Amino acid sequence: MTGARHLYVHLPFCSHRCGYCDFVTVVGGRGDHHGYVDALLTELALERESLASTLETVFLGGGTPTFTDPAALARLLAALPAAEEVTVEANPETVTPGLAALLRRHGVNRVSLGAQTFDTSLLAVLERVATPDDVRRAFYALRDAGFDNISLDLIYGIPGQSASDVARDLAEALALRPEHISAYELEAKPGTRFAHAHGAELARLADSMEGFFELVVETLTAAGYRWYETANFCRSASDVDGRDLRARHNLAYWRGRDYLGLGVGAVSTIENRRWRNAPSLGGYLAALGRGERPRCEYEALPVETRHAERLMLGLRLDEPVATRGLEEAFDPVGLARLEELGLAERRPGALTLTRRGRFLGDGVTARLLA
Amino acid sequence: MDQRHIRNFSIIAHIDHGKSTLADRILELTNAVSKREMREQLLDSMDLERERGITIKAQAVRVTWKGHELNLIDTPGHVDFTYEVSRSLQACEGALLVVDAAQGIEAQTLANAYLAIENNLEIVPVVNKIDLPQADPDGTAIDLAELLGDQPERVLRISAKTGIGVEDVLDAIVERIHAPAGEAAAPARALIFDSSYDQYRGVVAFVRVVDGELRTREQLRAMALGTKFEAQEIGFMSPAMKPVPTLSAGEVGYVITGLKDVSELRVGDTLTSDTSPAGIPLPGYKEVKPMVFAGLFPTDSDDYPELRDALEKLKLNDAALFYEPETSQALGFGFRCGFLGLLHMEIVRERLEREFDLDLLVTAPNVAYRVRAQNADWVEVHTPSDMPDSIEEVEEPYIKASIIVPKEYIGAVMELCNERRGRFDHLEYLSEARAHLTFELPLAEIVLDFYDQLKSRTRGYASFDYDYVGFREGSLVRVDILVGGDPVDALSLIIHKDFAYERGRMLVERLREEIPRQMFDVPIQAAIGSRVIARETVKARRKDVLAKCYGGDITRKRKLLEKQKEGKRRMKQVGAVEVPQEAFLAVLNLGEGKR
Repeated sequence: MTGARHLYVHLPFCSHRCGYCDFVTVVGGRGDHHGYVDALLTELALERESLASTLETVFLGGGTPTFTDPAALARLLAALPAAEEVTVEANPETVTPGLAALLRRHGVNRVSLGAQTFDTSLLAVLERVATPDDVRRAFYALRDAGFDNISLDLIYGIPGQSASDVARDLAEALALRPEHISAYELEAKPGTRFAHAHGAELARLADSMEGFFELVVETLTAAGYRWYETANFCRSASDVDGRDLRARHNLAYWRGRDYLGLGVGAVSTIENRRWRNAPSLGGYLAALGRGERPRCEYEALPVETRHAERLMLGLRLDEPVATRGLEEAFDPVGLARLEELGLAERRPGALTLTRRGRFLGDGVTARLLA
Repeated sequence: MDQRHIRNFSIIAHIDHGKSTLADRILELTNAVSKREMREQLLDSMDLERERGITIKAQAVRVTWKGHELNLIDTPGHVDFTYEVSRSLQACEGALLVVDAAQGIEAQTLANAYLAIENNLEIVPVVNKIDLPQADPDGTAIDLAELLGDQPERVLRISAKTGIGVEDVLDAIVERIHAPAGEAAAPARALIFDSSYDQYRGVVAFVRVVDGELRTREQLRAMALGTKFEAQEIGFMSPAMKPVPTLSAGEVGYVITGLKDVSELRVGDTLTSDTSPAGIPLPGYKEVKPMVFAGLFPTDSDDYPELRDALEKLKLNDAALFYEPETSQALGFGFRCGFLGLLHMEIVRERLEREFDLDLLVTAPNVAYRVRAQNADWVEVHTPSDMPDSIEEVEEPYIKASIIVPKEYIGAVMELCNERRGRFDHLEYLSEARAHLTFELPLAEIVLDFYDQLKSRTRGYASFDYDYVGFREGSLVRVDILVGGDPVDALSLIIHKDFAYERGRMLVERLREEIPRQMFDVPIQAAIGSRVIARETVKARRKDVLAKCYGGDITRKRKLLEKQKEGKRRMKQVGAVEVPQEAFLAVLNLGEGKR
């Protein structure tokens, strides 16, 4: 067994839980930060044999990783194995020159900054703490600290948002010339406080969503960004001396690679198994306190399932999916129909979706899977 | 028994005017049954019959009154069964015409009274429910006498519920109705006026012996169809089955035939002895033909075998029900069924749903058409998709509608019939307040919602009956509904050309609302031949992808896709277009609700 070459570490702490968020988060919990890092390091030791000897990527996600007590965060970063790409998610209001330097010092070479929107009133709807100026300040603090690979997260489809609001957000984001932009449609999970509060407006927005999505893709590609994954864009290699600025960690997911997840609620996929850690902080800490693995949910992944997932994930990318060995995962009739409709293109040993096919990715994939 | 002491009669009445109550009272007075027995034996509820294992209804009950044998012959109550009614009446010499003293004469009463008069029956007019506070026995008696050309004093006034006057009814039957006058010595001729099916003993024929006699174990023959069988048992009902060795001229009873298929013995046919047969059959036999057709499909395609079995069982007792397998690309496997009329269709549908617990999808009913394509012979067409493209001539069935209504609604009825391509025929005042109107209308115009419309426009006061008058030429066209360029067979319709555009527009608009957006533009068209008369487009989706998908989302995302794929499997495929079954349902319901 060679082990996973991609490591995800979940840091659940936040200063506040935003209404739309459905990640595993813990508000405040200052007293637990060091204990949590201890638990992460215990878990890392337990899972050591699941990891390859050298890692390609490490990703610290949250929660708000940069809300974590700086000393605890520094301790964690120092203890994690080195990797070619080390990314940390950050919320603008937490990014100070000091924090930027700390990250830099500990080998972090990529930051994903959760801007979401540059509109004050829409930030309030999302219950975000940061102001638009916080986003800009944070961005330049990171630049000043030497980060040359910064990603901005944007959300569209916020209650009250119009197409011109989306266009303005895109223009604001582009003005900063980030290396990478992620643009997500707001997904209000049914039953959440947010869905309840904005129900009627969300229903109205559902009709506008396809226009927003088209606007995002058109604007960013026109500005020289590569639409390399459904919701992800990076500056074209030709603009940046041939650097490939795609998020390598996330590319690993979309290429169907193995990954190990550490932390509360984290998911790992290694060979024919996927598991999820305990989603509650108490349960997670208790298990590791006893020196046990905190896993709570297992899923068997037979080879056909992994093949189906390879297709499903790979088709989100702009690069062809290598189809060798995946033949039995296709429905040949469905594929022929998609080609006829100009949604998919087959070349020897490879399959790609056309531009329109990518806009309809889920329907296309459902049709394609055997 | 000597024919001179036999009286054969039926009771003609509108629904709820007291036919069954009067029948019950007659059975009680003649001591045929006790009150308690009566409830158990005579209720003609099918559920009850099944529960008790009685599969044969009392179609003709023999009672005795003052030395006479009276046979009460039951008649089906609705116009769809006019032919059966006329056969039942042919088995009688007289009829009680029962009218509710509060409601007055209704269209159905009238239709059956005319039928009785045509059959030369002696009619005994009876005004019932005279005990009700709102009753108008004198007014009703005058109307009734006028209708029959009789004297108001000869109209009997009774309350079947309390029993007032019922003995007079029995006396009047003996006094006024003629005795049968067949030839007792002639070769046997017996009219089949009804039949039933018993799962152990096969087809049971209800007969009126006109000439000669029928004997148990005799070899019999049905003269029109040529079916031969041995009379396994002969008898009469009183109301339980009572076997007898013979039934002689003038008598009414049953014959157990042992035949396993109801279609081998038809109502209206004549039974005779196979060894010494009569020369000519009794008059009036005709083959009943279904006039209204609809597709019946199980909502869940897995129920197809159950539907097939259920139709087979219903057919055992209902020779008029016609069905053949039909495949629709939109609705799957089902049956094209033919019915005598709307009520017959409703009865069959209800029995399928209630007794056989089936969930059915019924296409908009259509009538039978006679069509001649270019350079071809006339053919009868029962389903719109069978209508040829190049029609030389087409004919549709017409009916004569008989409507009785308070005079203030005459205008509303005229208007409705005009809208439905009706031709006014006749108006007659039955009394100062009520008028009887007749129209000729295409049957196609009443199969959808005519009756509902009539009721709502006359605030429920109109009564309605109809009779077929034959096929007439019509300016009819076939409208096809195309989804993505492919015709949807279940939605094709035949319609008068003046209504084609409006109806096509409506169907197309409705479908556009119901068909979910696909990965490509879906044109929805209504067309007559190659000419498109209405068009809408379901625009292609421009986005169908979830934005976020990282390590923790993969399983959920995969399950969503599997669900999406499963959802597609449940869709009906019209060419390349996936259409939810609900879309067809919505459009078919539209057909039921509005024109």
